[in-house]
Order: sequence, then C-alpha cells, then structure tokens
Amino acid sequence: MSRRALVLVGLLLAVVLAGGASYWASSAPDGLNKVAADQGLDKGAKDHQLDDSPLAAYETDGVGDGRLSGGLAGVVGVAVTFLLVGGLVWGVRRRNASTDATDAPDTATDGRDSDDDREPARP
Amino acid sequence: MHVPDGFIDAPVSVGAGVLAAAGVAVCLRGARRELDDRTAPLAGLVAAFVFAVQMLNFPVAAGTSGHLLGGALAAILVGPYTGALCVAVVLLVQSLLFADGGLTALGVNVVDMSLVTVVVGWFVFRALIKALAYSKRAVTASAFVAALVSVPVSALAFVGFYAIGGTTDVSLAAVTTAMVGVHVLIGLGEAVITALTVGSVVAVRPDLVAGVRDRLPTLDLRRPAVAAAAPAPRSGA
Repeated sequence: MSRRALVLVGLLLAVVLAGGASYWASSAPDGLNKVAADQGLDKGAKDHQLDDSPLAAYETDGVGDGRLSGGLAGVVGVAVTFLLVGGLVWGVRRRNASTDATDAPDTATDGRDSDDDREPARP
Repeated sequence: MHVPDGFIDAPVSVGAGVLAAAGVAVCLRGARRELDDRTAPLAGLVAAFVFAVQMLNFPVAAGTSGHLLGGALAAILVGPYTGALCVAVVLLVQSLLFADGGLTALGVNVVDMSLVTVVVGWFVFRALIKALAYSKRAVTASAFVAALVSVPVSALAFVGFYAIGGTTDVSLAAVTTAMVGVHVLIGLGEAVITALTVGSVVAVRPDLVAGVRDRLPTLDLRRPAVAAAAPAPRSGA
C-alpha cells in the first residue's frame, strides 16, 4: 500500500469513526469522572469557560438532530487536528539531506541559531 | 480522563503547565529527528485518528466508560517525540473547541495523557520488541502490553497531581485504588485498540512504523526487489 493510500484510508476511517460511530459511544461518565463523583474529588469543579462555544460537548450549535450535531462536531475535530498537526510537523520536519546542513541561514529566521540543524552529538 | 477546571488548585495547575510546556518544547526538538518528508504526513493522520477514537467511549463497568488515550499508539507509530505532540494537540483542540478538559487543567492533562502515556508506552514497547524475535505477532503483543500499562500509570500521575494540589480533602488511598482499578479496565480497551491499529499498519507498511523500523528483518524487505529484478537477466540472455 502506498503511503498516500495509507493516509487516505486512515483519514477516511477517522471521519467515519468521529462522524458516524461516535453516535453509539457510551455516555456514562468516564473513569476519572466516576471516581471523582464517588470519592468527592469534584467538589471544587468549575464549568468550562468555553461551555457556550459552538461545538462545546461535541454538539454543533443550531443543529437539532443529535446524530448530525455530534457527527459534524467529530468531523470538524478530525479536520482541525489533522491540519494543525500536519502543519506543525511539516514545519519542524527534517528537510531532505541535500538542503539540510547547507541551508542553516534560511532556517534561522525565527531568531534561533543554526544549532537546531545539527544532529546531536552521540557518544 | 480529561481533568476539568477546579479539581487541581492554581499553583499546581501552573506548575503542570510549565512542565507540559517544557515537555512540548523538548518534543518539538526531538521530532525533527523523527520526521522527514516521508514520515511527516503520517503524524497528522495519527493525531486525527487519536482524536476520532477518543470520541468512542466504551463501557467498562456499571455506569462507567473509558476511551483511548492514544499515547502508546502514537509513540509506536510515529515515534515518542512526534507522538507526544500529536496527543498534546488533540488535547488542545478538545479543550478549546469542544470544552472538553479544563483550560486551567490543560497542563495537567498534557502531562497525564500525552507525556506520561507516551513515555511509558514507548519504553515498554521498545523493551518488549527488543527482547522478542521480530514478527507481526510480537509487534501486536508488545503494543497490547505497552498500551495496557500506560493507562493506569497515567491515572497514577493524575493522583500525584491531586495529592499535591487537590482542591478537596479526600482519602488518597481510596482514590488511588479506585483510579488504578477502573483504569486497568480502560487500559484493556486501550490495549485492544492499540494492538489492532499497530497490527494493521505493520501488516501493510512495517517500514513506516517508528517503533519497529530498526527491528525489521532486512531479508524480507529485499526479497520483492530481487524478485522484481529477476526478469532483467533473463531478457538479457
């Protein structure tokens, strides 16, 4: 399987899981919340400051149908996570060998010096 | 296991935030060595997949559910530094976009669910895979155990934070017993999901799995190349 096919199949699976299968997820409190309630850890608990945000609690504001509301939130989450991490690692990844060591000045524009481009010394 | 606001007091939350930020900084540096043009796109996929599967709470006991944490899975697939970044971004997105996991508790959550699960998952997996002869079954079994262990240790890390910064006086012994008990059960679910996922990727592209790349039998990798090259001499003859 090609790398691109693997990424596409994986993303499709993530969309199906977050956008569809999540409807059948258990709504019982998770392990931490259950223990917190049983043992009284949660007496000081506060509401989330963003409880009114449009996707809070994995429900989409203004979408009445529960399945659609949760599914949309899930798909948005998958897309945002993929793009954020994809962008982040694309930024920090090692450029291919030919440009790596020689292009140090280009990568130093963020104010850090070219130390970052050196492989760490190994004993 | 997302800690909401108000469980842990402000000083310890700030301390956990500093610890989490330092951990993420170390990971940003370390991820450089794990990522290149070939492996970078997989990191986005792993993060998106962890986000999706974290939505799938499964029942573990009466009135209790659990979900994947994903640190062991991410570390095995894309390497520990990149894996920790993946889970940390998932936690950030969950807190900011979905109000899941307190804003002030983000540091605690990143330490518990990203850094701790990645470190435990990675070292357990690597210890096992180095001790075993390479096979798909060995990879799957090692992933299972690594994921299983990572979850109760993560729960213990939370109890540690609660011990020094909890906002309510409780019996720590009782909390520890309850947290570890339920998270061993959740760990079994984590182990099944991790073993299935790592097993599937290893079955199609073992060369892309960071945790086994140095363990692959080189003969198996070269055999298809030899087979593909075989017709050449024949056509020359």
